[in-house]
Amino acid sequence: MSDAFHVVVVGAGPAGLAAACRVAECGAKVALVDDNPQPGGQIWRGAASPTAPWIRKIEHRRVEWIAGARVFAAPSPGVLALETFQGNREIQYRNLILATGARELFLPFPGWTLPNVMGAGGLQALAKSGLAIAGKRVVVAGSGPLLLAVAKYLRDRDARVALIAEQAAHPSVVRFAVGLAGSPGKLAQAMRLRAGLVGLRYLTSCWPIAAEGRDQLESVTLRRAGRTWTEPCDYLACGFGLVPNLELASLLGCKLSGRGVAVDDFQQTSVPGIYSAGEATGIGGLDLAIAEGEIAGFAAADHLQLARSRFAARTTAQRFAASLDRAFALRPELKQLATPDTILCRCEDVPLGRVRECTSWREAKLHTRCGMGPCQGRVCGAAAEFLLGWRTDSVRPPIFPARIDSLR
Amino acid sequence: MTLRINGRAVQVAAGAMVSAAVAAAGVTQFRRSVTGQPRGPLCGMGICFECRVTIDGREHCRSCQIPCAEGMEVRTDV
Repeated sequence: MSDAFHVVVVGAGPAGLAAACRVAECGAKVALVDDNPQPGGQIWRGAASPTAPWIRKIEHRRVEWIAGARVFAAPSPGVLALETFQGNREIQYRNLILATGARELFLPFPGWTLPNVMGAGGLQALAKSGLAIAGKRVVVAGSGPLLLAVAKYLRDRDARVALIAEQAAHPSVVRFAVGLAGSPGKLAQAMRLRAGLVGLRYLTSCWPIAAEGRDQLESVTLRRAGRTWTEPCDYLACGFGLVPNLELASLLGCKLSGRGVAVDDFQQTSVPGIYSAGEATGIGGLDLAIAEGEIAGFAAADHLQLARSRFAARTTAQRFAASLDRAFALRPELKQLATPDTILCRCEDVPLGRVRECTSWREAKLHTRCGMGPCQGRVCGAAAEFLLGWRTDSVRPPIFPARIDSLR
Repeated sequence: MTLRINGRAVQVAAGAMVSAAVAAAGVTQFRRSVTGQPRGPLCGMGICFECRVTIDGREHCRSCQIPCAEGMEVRTDV
């Protein structure tokens, strides 16, 4: 089955929802595609989230919502191939908006492959998917404001959050919190979070050095100011910030900047007719994602004047993004957590020691099978960039594992 | 709704993902890795492929991305 749209938006998080909504307002035929069964994004999913008003707008406008569909290839210019649980579909676009969002950065440490060691956003996503969390003892660790939001979410659902371990130092976290005063919406958000966290242990300059357990997680060992200790827990929710999802942009030949997909003032990439918005263009949070999505949507629907009307909102939100980068920069000690025996590539069980013997990502893939499993390096690639300083952005179709039938 | 995890009936709320149903059945090991290590969900978002299970005979389904359906048969590596 093939369908033609003026604009196709890939990704139904904040940026993609805002983009699709603005395209529809301009009267252009638009499709919104997402891997998930529900719109709202990975972090912001759920009825009470800030994306809810945008989801309602989508429902009331003419947006074709294509759920549970992953884009695995671009068989010809202007065409995307989608795979769903039910079957396959090709859709055509005149303009395309890539709002592919971000994933968590996972860093290896001994024991990180044990069941019940999860991402911070990962455990939240699973809890939102119905995982029973009440009464479970949870350690939240890693870096960034997401840790606070996750801890609050889990505690509100009666999880026993033992502590939050933030690797950044206290002064930079405080500077970040004070800087939020420049953006009223963010300040209110931060204050609500703080209120929800009264009584919780929030430890800065603290990070996990090992997870222990036989067939599943039983405890985590943490380090802070030269002291190490072990916390028993049922779950470790651990993420070291976010990295953009760039596979589809790379496949389509869009140039990348150091932060994500490179875009111009109208969110257009180096490929004419292909736009990008949200975390895919660089990690910047909710407000920036929405502003970029609106600009991309208006521009892709050929309403440049309307797009310009959102430039100021984008500029304001960019300040938050810059302060985020500064406050939660990862400390070099985190590069020393994994031992030579620690698995780096979880799909192919390749230890870090074997990968270190190679001189590039390509060599590591060829010689060790690192990054060659089903996740295609989405987890170990970002870790290798941090640990080894390699570029790992080479892609080839299919950009997700696809059924043999899909490739014919 | 009711589905079966490794032959055992489990009840979940409507809208729950298969990953939640597997955990509700008391299973933490969703699959075995290529060297036989126990693994469970990591990212919760469909990118890490650690939560793969067999659903109605179809292998390698990402349980965190697929909603539960009445009568589904789910198998994990044991």
